Amino acid sequence: MPQLELVNLRANYGDVAVLERISFSVEKGEIISLIGPSGSGKSTLLRVLVGLLPPAAGSIRLDGQEIDYRNKVVLRQLRSRMAIVFQQFNLFQNMTVLANVTIAPIKVKGQAPVEAEAYARQLLERVGLGNKLNAYPDQLSGGQQQRVAIARALALKPEIVLLDEVTSALDPELVNEVLDVIRLLAADGMTIFFVSHEMAFVREVSSKVIFMADGNVVESGTPAQIFDAPQQPRTQEFVSKILRH
Amino acid sequence: MLQQIIDQAPRFFGYYNVLFLLQAFAATFLLSLAGCVLGFALGFLLAVTRRTADWRLAPARGLMVVFTEAFRRIPFLVTLMLVFFAFQALKFDVSMFTIALFSVCLIATAFITEIVRAGLDSVHRNQWDAAAAMNFTYIETLRYIVVPQAWKVMLPPAFSFFVLFIKDTALASQIGVVELTFAGKVLANKGFPAALTFGTVLILYFLLSWPLARFGRWMEVKLAPTRTR
Repeated sequence: MPQLELVNLRANYGDVAVLERISFSVEKGEIISLIGPSGSGKSTLLRVLVGLLPPAAGSIRLDGQEIDYRNKVVLRQLRSRMAIVFQQFNLFQNMTVLANVTIAPIKVKGQAPVEAEAYARQLLERVGLGNKLNAYPDQLSGGQQQRVAIARALALKPEIVLLDEVTSALDPELVNEVLDVIRLLAADGMTIFFVSHEMAFVREVSSKVIFMADGNVVESGTPAQIFDAPQQPRTQEFVSKILRH
Repeated sequence: MLQQIIDQAPRFFGYYNVLFLLQAFAATFLLSLAGCVLGFALGFLLAVTRRTADWRLAPARGLMVVFTEAFRRIPFLVTLMLVFFAFQALKFDVSMFTIALFSVCLIATAFITEIVRAGLDSVHRNQWDAAAAMNFTYIETLRYIVVPQAWKVMLPPAFSFFVLFIKDTALASQIGVVELTFAGKVLANKGFPAALTFGTVLILYFLLSWPLARFGRWMEVKLAPTRTR
């Protein structure tokens, strides 16, 4: 049974349809990369998955159970298993790095502060920020902030991690430090949704690549299938453009 | 004029006058305090309720919008009259001071609601998204994330409103509440030099608003520290 299954999913921003009919399924531990031109609905799809934008139609099943996004209890359960990392980091500006990572485990999950802090230190150490525990987000570089955001997401021990263009707000030099962290996650066996324009990286880590355009899944397959032998004209066009340079 | 003030001062600061002034001072103080404290508490509550997405609260939200928009536009004096006649029509036998107190709270609430609303709106949408995705409830999001960031935007206008507001309580004299301005007028009418009476009133007003402004500064430092890199 797939861990996550999307069937004819639709979503709108007001009157504008942003996701038209999305269907695919994901096995546990897969790394799904969503690629495609800007405005194709990749980020929107992640927002729908985590319940920040209610789906307009269709269904999403988690372990075979259909998720009712209007049911607060169901949504809470879902979010306790799924974490999202945003393009703009969205760190809490009023808190130190350590507090950013521990606040949800302590206040939402009711963990003991000592325990939450120990785990947070461990995670921050792992993303290479063990020496920035008491810094505030505005004192960090973009790459550092994004790594804090990843640590914050991991502190909730999610089974599924949604990474929304986590490198596109970063300087080229900082991209690699974040990608290194994602490699570590991939090795951990978490299910990862990865929206990205880092094609070389996508190709390296993904178990499945989904190419989206205009709110639709145009084509999906292994990295080799999508990048070396795309079947659809739209995919061919996209791939030839990005691989030209 | 100075000679006149010096001559009159001992008689002016006689026992009954001082008592009278202190009572008036207490009235102004209480009106200001009630307006600031209750106004802030209620204004906060209203602003927070107005932001909820719960459809069951939709009628309440509508009423709140009408309330804040109306009472921020009606002159204070007119509000006083409205409250006065409303209490009369409802046959509530209350003192003028109670009427003034009620009006003061209405107005402060309306203004503070807008100040708090602006403060909450100033916090970036992405902070709410991150909190929601991490299962923070509305109240938890406000408490731990949004309000701490909003103080910076809320406190300066809130305290400048409070300082203006202390002076506005003088309008309560129009319905016969003995507060500082009223006391000044009474004493001036008794024949004391205007410079002496209103000078004293001025100092008493200052004694109210100066500590308030200092308190505002202290709150800003305490709740909304600016970090320099």
